Amino acid sequence: MTPEKWTTGSRSSSWVYEALAVFAKDWLLELRTRVAIGAVVLFAVTSVVAAGFALAPPSGVAAEVKAALLWVVLFFAAVAGLSRAFVVEEETRTADALRLTVSPTGVLVGKLAFNTVLMWALCAMTVPLYMLLLEAPARHTTLLLTIVLVGSFALACATTAVGAIVAKASTRGALFGVLSFPVALPPLLVCIHGTKAAWLSDNAWQAAMGDLQVLVGFILVIVPASLLVFEHIWSE
Amino acid sequence: MKTYNVAGKVLIGVWIAAVTAAAFLWLPPAQGFRSPETARIVVFHVPCAILTFVAFLVNAFYSWQYLRSRNPLTDSKANAAAELGMLFAILATATGSLFAMEQWGSAWNWDPRETSIVMLMLVYAAYFVLRGAVEEKSKRARLSAAYALLAFPAMVFLIWILPRIVESLHPTNTLFTRSGLDPTYRVTLWSFFAGLTAVFVWMFRLRVQVEQMESRLQQHRQAVMEPLLTGEQG
Repeated sequence: MTPEKWTTGSRSSSWVYEALAVFAKDWLLELRTRVAIGAVVLFAVTSVVAAGFALAPPSGVAAEVKAALLWVVLFFAAVAGLSRAFVVEEETRTADALRLTVSPTGVLVGKLAFNTVLMWALCAMTVPLYMLLLEAPARHTTLLLTIVLVGSFALACATTAVGAIVAKASTRGALFGVLSFPVALPPLLVCIHGTKAAWLSDNAWQAAMGDLQVLVGFILVIVPASLLVFEHIWSE
Repeated sequence: MKTYNVAGKVLIGVWIAAVTAAAFLWLPPAQGFRSPETARIVVFHVPCAILTFVAFLVNAFYSWQYLRSRNPLTDSKANAAAELGMLFAILATATGSLFAMEQWGSAWNWDPRETSIVMLMLVYAAYFVLRGAVEEKSKRARLSAAYALLAFPAMVFLIWILPRIVESLHPTNTLFTRSGLDPTYRVTLWSFFAGLTAVFVWMFRLRVQVEQMESRLQQHRQAVMEPLLTGEQG
């Protein structure tokens, strides 16, 4: 496919395949090196263990604090790895090849899918460990699972385009955390609120329904916004 | 043209001085507050807070304009709006904290409006950090405009959801309803708002002019330096 073709036609049907190809390629490379998943999971596990040492059950920490801490751990673990998807393309100088072969929409959706699965893998390992070590109340598990799944997807949606911005900057160091925090804050607050509801309130679904609606609304707003600006970030 | 400019600046100065004097001399102490004398600060605080959000809108507007037109002037305007937004956010937070200390007993309460203005400051700070991290001019303009447009919906969401999560200490619907504010306060507040908006526009134009001059200076410097450098090589 040539770059001219994307702008003229056949684009709407092909970006799904392009996104799938980017997603498959990224996971293939990730499973060879395991850089992103290693960074994310090790960060999460060390901070959960540290929190477990400090706040082990006899300390009597309230479930509100535990809910907030869980999402702080998940967010900063995500910050350790989610910019990887774009930074690696710049480091290995493969961004130009990708730019030539895949439409911007395909790239963003593929990277978003990659980051989402990375977040889900992170949650699958961190959340059970966290609940075990900090003795979080094991109530309303389906609700908690829903909030974790939708919430981590929302976090991935908020930070993927920011990762693309960071990859283009010359000093990347702490930039990703600084830039993604304001954008990721709305889903983060809502997730903390919903997790509190799942652990504390009796009719938790009713209490957390508003939070889930806000999360879905956020995703429906931030993804189109990312798609709109991504073309300007991505193309030189 | 020049006389109009000077007249405008003098007018702004006299206007702001007059409104400030009125806030201290003409306004009655607001009864019903814990310390009625300090309530005068509302007249200065609310316009600063409104202008912070206006600056955020202006920044988003010019960022969008930049991505559409790639005109460096719109990038300068977006940057100027962000800088002014940061300035007014600091002013609004400082005046608000002083009043909160008198009125609610502590300078910081994580009230939804306090939280949202801090988040706005974080967005501006991130915006400036990003601008500092990119050397190339057009790339910097492109990336910062994209970031501003990503942060904009997130901020709108935050301002919308925060009141649902935490209780507000701020009054709601006082500014635009007839029963909300005492008429003397209403007149002084909106007069100060008019004056401050004029200052905002003035500072905005100055900032854009300075940036235009800087980029022209850089062009001249390059035009002078380039033949010298290539001459040395050859």
